[in-house]
Amino acid sequence: MTAELGHYALVLALALALVQSTLPIWGSRTGDDALMGTAAPVALAQALFVSASFAALTWAYVTSDFSVSNVYENSHSAKPMIYKISGVWGNHEGSMMLWVLILALFGALVALFGKNLPQTLKANVLAVQAWVATAFLLFILLTSNPFLRYDPAPMEGRDLNPILQDVGLAIHPPLLYLGYVGFSICFAFAVAALIDGRLDAAWARWVRPWALTAWIFLTLGIAMGSYWAYYELGWGGWWFWDPVENASFMPWLIGTALIHSAIVMEKREALKVWTVLLAILAFSLSLLGTFLVRSGVLTSVHSFATDPARGVFILLILVLFIGGSLSLYAWRAPTLKQGGLFAPISREGALVFNNLFLSAACAAVLVGTLYPLALESLTGEKISVGAPFFNSTFVPLMIPVLIAMPFGPLLAWKRGDLLAATQRLLFAIGVAVVVTILIYGFVQGGPVLAPLAVGLAVFVIMGALADIAERAALWRVPLKVSLARVRGLPRSAWGTAVAHIGMGLVILGIVGESAWKTEVVQRMKLGDTVTVGRYALTLDSLFPRNGPNYQEGVARFVVAQDGKTIGTMEAAKRVFTARRMPTTEAALLTHGFSQLYVAPGETITESAIDVRIYDKPLVLWIWLGCVVMVIGGGLSLSDRRFRVGAPRTSRARKGALQPAE
Amino acid sequence: MTRKQRRLVLIGSALAVLAVATGLVLSALNDSIVFFNSPTDVVEKGVQPGTRIRLGGLVENGTVERGEKLAVSFRITDGNKAIPVTYTGILPDLFREGQGVVTEGSMGPDGIFRADSVLAKHDENYMPREVSDALKKQGYWQGNEAAGGAAKPGATPPGAAPANAPAPTVQH
Repeated sequence: MTAELGHYALVLALALALVQSTLPIWGSRTGDDALMGTAAPVALAQALFVSASFAALTWAYVTSDFSVSNVYENSHSAKPMIYKISGVWGNHEGSMMLWVLILALFGALVALFGKNLPQTLKANVLAVQAWVATAFLLFILLTSNPFLRYDPAPMEGRDLNPILQDVGLAIHPPLLYLGYVGFSICFAFAVAALIDGRLDAAWARWVRPWALTAWIFLTLGIAMGSYWAYYELGWGGWWFWDPVENASFMPWLIGTALIHSAIVMEKREALKVWTVLLAILAFSLSLLGTFLVRSGVLTSVHSFATDPARGVFILLILVLFIGGSLSLYAWRAPTLKQGGLFAPISREGALVFNNLFLSAACAAVLVGTLYPLALESLTGEKISVGAPFFNSTFVPLMIPVLIAMPFGPLLAWKRGDLLAATQRLLFAIGVAVVVTILIYGFVQGGPVLAPLAVGLAVFVIMGALADIAERAALWRVPLKVSLARVRGLPRSAWGTAVAHIGMGLVILGIVGESAWKTEVVQRMKLGDTVTVGRYALTLDSLFPRNGPNYQEGVARFVVAQDGKTIGTMEAAKRVFTARRMPTTEAALLTHGFSQLYVAPGETITESAIDVRIYDKPLVLWIWLGCVVMVIGGGLSLSDRRFRVGAPRTSRARKGALQPAE
Repeated sequence: MTRKQRRLVLIGSALAVLAVATGLVLSALNDSIVFFNSPTDVVEKGVQPGTRIRLGGLVENGTVERGEKLAVSFRITDGNKAIPVTYTGILPDLFREGQGVVTEGSMGPDGIFRADSVLAKHDENYMPREVSDALKKQGYWQGNEAAGGAAKPGATPPGAAPANAPAPTVQH
């Protein structure tokens, strides 16, 4: 019964989304307050029904109701509860349910907290949001219904793919979707503003918190996914440049450009047309990512043909929304009023510089992701575009961004002084140069450019600190005054500095891991000792062990440094009972910000095993740096100025017009 | 500077960045693309020794031999032609005889393919997905996709058509 109720709730949500996508916009065209007023309550009701539907599906998973085919396909009664729940979005149908759930909840948030939005803008935003919701609800109901039943019901399910049975996977998709779908709100704002033909600093002020929120979740989601792949897949890498990763990375690049250009628009009313375009592109790339991942076009061009309905449906959504919004943009953008003027060397100029390079980098990633697909469908030729392509295109395009990063905050708006900014950065430059020279002198091995890359990371970090020191007038006024000024700094200033420091730390981690890692692959017998970097690993024992729904063969290692035992590591090969599928459980030992990583190969005999062992210096900074960036984003988001300021005037205006609400 | 001049500077620098990006992309596409070949392609097209390619197909039954240390040799077949392959290192979890794999490396002058990486898909469907870069990503957060079509003979309940169960054929 619950499944049928869930199905029914989803159909009702679709009906509500249809209402929400038409009435408010009709109201905004005709100036009818009552029609516009329907937007918010209908959006709330739509969110309620989608939530109910999602809850029904979750209930089917929790109770192991294998008469629901989606549960049968992806669950097992012996599975731990957390994976029964995360199994809901561990498959195509369920993940699309999560997609619309988050979309509906974001819509509800706009309805709830958008009290200070002008009424027409709010009505248009919610209507556009409902267009997206309608498209995806239709997609689920027509091609990917998770509530279909089997009759008679099977006794036992087929279990979730074992490598998805992991805490990382339980939280990774929701985070990623919060990011993806969060950009839909920016998209709705952009389209609504284009429909309305009005675009001002206040618009940027409303959009920036949404863009920042989406960016924060996307950053967390990407970092989480990267760490999950690193420890769960057992190959020791953290980024593969595969199309699925790129699908989430492209919206991140454009989203990063968007949160920067929205600052310019908010502060200086400049770059309007560009900011709107970025808002449209960020969500378009989210949609493209959904298409690439969900249509099956990635795993194989041929599998597109095995279920054409889904692929074609998402392709239609893609064409409709990207094509439609870009056409609207082309038609309306030229009519928007010009913004403020600025010299090339200025804060605006620096942000434009960052935007240009981020967009170009995104374009390079897009080409690398789509080129093999295009080539295969045109010529049938199969190629792989792997890490070498991305390293030789993406990296050179990001270096100018990193060099310019510390300069941006130190340049004045409108007309900046590059020489003065450089002088303020002299200390940061000096530290970076010293660090580079020290690394050249003391660290052996690794690529020759690695010390320079570390120097660049140090420059980015020191540059962010220099910005704070500059704002505090450090050393120019008494220390006490400086400290008082530091305390008085707006949160957004801290946000910028912290986020930039986070970026520097990520670079540090990437360079440390890729330039100075040690890798040993060999067969070990019981009692054998292998030296990796400064560590000696001894194979202590090999034994079998039983888990709840798997059996595993465990290899236990004792790790010593300078003759002293510092810990033990247990790496394992698991075989999951239901699917008889093997997985590799890598063992990790953290020392400082570096990690030892042991991945077992096949056990050859009962007394020997093939192992792959890495020492990865500074690797943890790759993910911790992302967390620091997210903290920076959070600080910026919590800045009081986002909640007061320009919206106040519109609230007053709205209050005057609409005393009833 | 007038508004027009400023706009020219902006458009000029945008075009410059675009040109740089295009140059980088084109040169990288020239240098770093690896073509996928089936054993038949290798034989018929006569792939030059030393050219980096991907070779994919099924691991031929009864051909996996383990040598000293981590050396392993096997043959990759597409049902038509088979190519001997050597590899040293740890094989992926799902490497088995009869399973689909994609290997990357180059042909030696002796007609033996020297692989420096072996990829197998990260679930039990044994289709070589040469388009995808195989195992690492397959398990990535959308990896469940293929799991939906993981129909084992006998495991399908009555009335359930395994519509998306892949046929165990080799693509080339």
